[in-house]
Amino acid sequence: MRTLRLGAGAGYAGDRIEPALELAEHGALDYLVFECLAERTIALAQQARLRDPAAGYDPLLEARMRAVLEPCRRHGTRIVTNMGAANPLAAAERTRSIARDLGLAGLKVAAVTGDDVLEAVGAGDYEILETGGRVRDLGNRVISANAYLGAGPIAEALAQGADVVITGRVGDPALFLAPLIHAFGWALDDWDRLGRGTLAGHLLECAGQVTGGYFADPGVKDVTGLARLGFPIGIVDEDGGIEITKVPGSGGQVTLATCKEQLLYEVHDPARYLQPDVVADFSEVTMEAVGPDRVRVTGGRGLPATGLLKVSVGLIDSYVGEGQISYAGPGAAARGRLALAIVRERLAITGVRTSELRFDLIGVDSLHGARLAGEAEPYEVRLRVAGRCDSLGEAARIGNEVETLYTNGPAGGGGAWKSAREVVGVLSVLVPAALARPSVRMIEA
Amino acid sequence: MKLRALAHSRTGDKGNTANISLIAHDPADYPRLERHVTAERVRAHFAGICTGTVTRYALPRLGALNFVLGEALGGGVTRSLALDAHGKGLSAALLDMEIPDEG
Repeated sequence: MRTLRLGAGAGYAGDRIEPALELAEHGALDYLVFECLAERTIALAQQARLRDPAAGYDPLLEARMRAVLEPCRRHGTRIVTNMGAANPLAAAERTRSIARDLGLAGLKVAAVTGDDVLEAVGAGDYEILETGGRVRDLGNRVISANAYLGAGPIAEALAQGADVVITGRVGDPALFLAPLIHAFGWALDDWDRLGRGTLAGHLLECAGQVTGGYFADPGVKDVTGLARLGFPIGIVDEDGGIEITKVPGSGGQVTLATCKEQLLYEVHDPARYLQPDVVADFSEVTMEAVGPDRVRVTGGRGLPATGLLKVSVGLIDSYVGEGQISYAGPGAAARGRLALAIVRERLAITGVRTSELRFDLIGVDSLHGARLAGEAEPYEVRLRVAGRCDSLGEAARIGNEVETLYTNGPAGGGGAWKSAREVVGVLSVLVPAALARPSVRMIEA
Repeated sequence: MKLRALAHSRTGDKGNTANISLIAHDPADYPRLERHVTAERVRAHFAGICTGTVTRYALPRLGALNFVLGEALGGGVTRSLALDAHGKGLSAALLDMEIPDEG
């Protein structure tokens, strides 16, 4: 049976680059896929594009392309990525010019556009899933609205001969599903195969998270070589049977445990994993270790797609101010608590206007609260105060009230730090699939 | 005993919803997880963190449970004031849960 080898070269925008190069050189890949768009990445990229029309794509695109374009060309590996973010056309242009620099004449680079549905969503009457409100009522706070496109336009770009396909927002697994659709000629209503291809994409899309990253727990779950963690390879056959592995000799491990954790990562109902192309069903999946660092995954299925696309709406949410300061030695926690009480009183006395405030002692209760933390007295604590405001100036006042603890607060406060930042939030709406008009533009080096 | 002796776990985030998997180290222990780690117990364990509903999905073929915690991420990953806005550490907190030694 024919198989396709898909490598995952990034699990998020800032991910390591050497593992992608290792895959490009030693993975014997048909496709190298970079998934680089978190929920709000595209909204931040849109802000960058508004400042500079040639910007708005992944800041590491250049470094990644310079690292892998040549070895991928040499090994006949095609590249698929959502590093286009808010500007796939500019990302494709940049990639072409890098290819020319590298002497890769004739390299075909495709940009997939059409995920930007800002105008249509603003004009329509779509309900925001989280709030029940309407997008148009958000006014000029809205930055971006991008639909999660499916695998179709990527497969189309591959059919047109693209060596590199650069998208904006698409469903993450679609980056992996598209090469399978293209290579095996899977029908777009072959729901079980689309479900299995989605399963493969889901297991691979976070790169190192299936090869031992986000996993180690010394003494319970030991992993060696995390500083040189290998990124995964999915070997998928034309029926959608999957094996997950990695480059021999690379760090990390592919085991039943790493694959099970990643299977359920960011999954709600495992029988209904909603994607633009299919509703994938992971509920009957089984896994088998078939060799060192090699796990076979079977039993994925699919149901017809819903006909709706999720749209992420990026907006200016608020401004957050924050301050931190540390206390150590005997009585550290008591001094930290006194400091928190002082800041709380100061914010009231000086009239800092906040809609939400949070008072933490890092080392005591900052992550899961006092109840789960228990009674143990730490040697050192770090105070953290964070608050939400309507303006950057107001937010800055929070950190200032932490910083003044240096000379006005408890004994031995050190290492004060403060920040104030604009917060870009993300809300979701569902739109009919026809609202998005994907298109492919091909350019050649 | 602590759940950590029987199972491992990973947290994922979507908006204001966290999901926490719970996977038996040894599939033979899966029935114990299914018996003792109910959605109600998980909700109680995360009282003060999760203010929404907790739904449990069972994956017996993998020896795994998946818990979906609504309103568990401080208003959502992108806007939360929490230090760990993604709730990455919630899985470790779940493994700290006590279950009966036998049965």
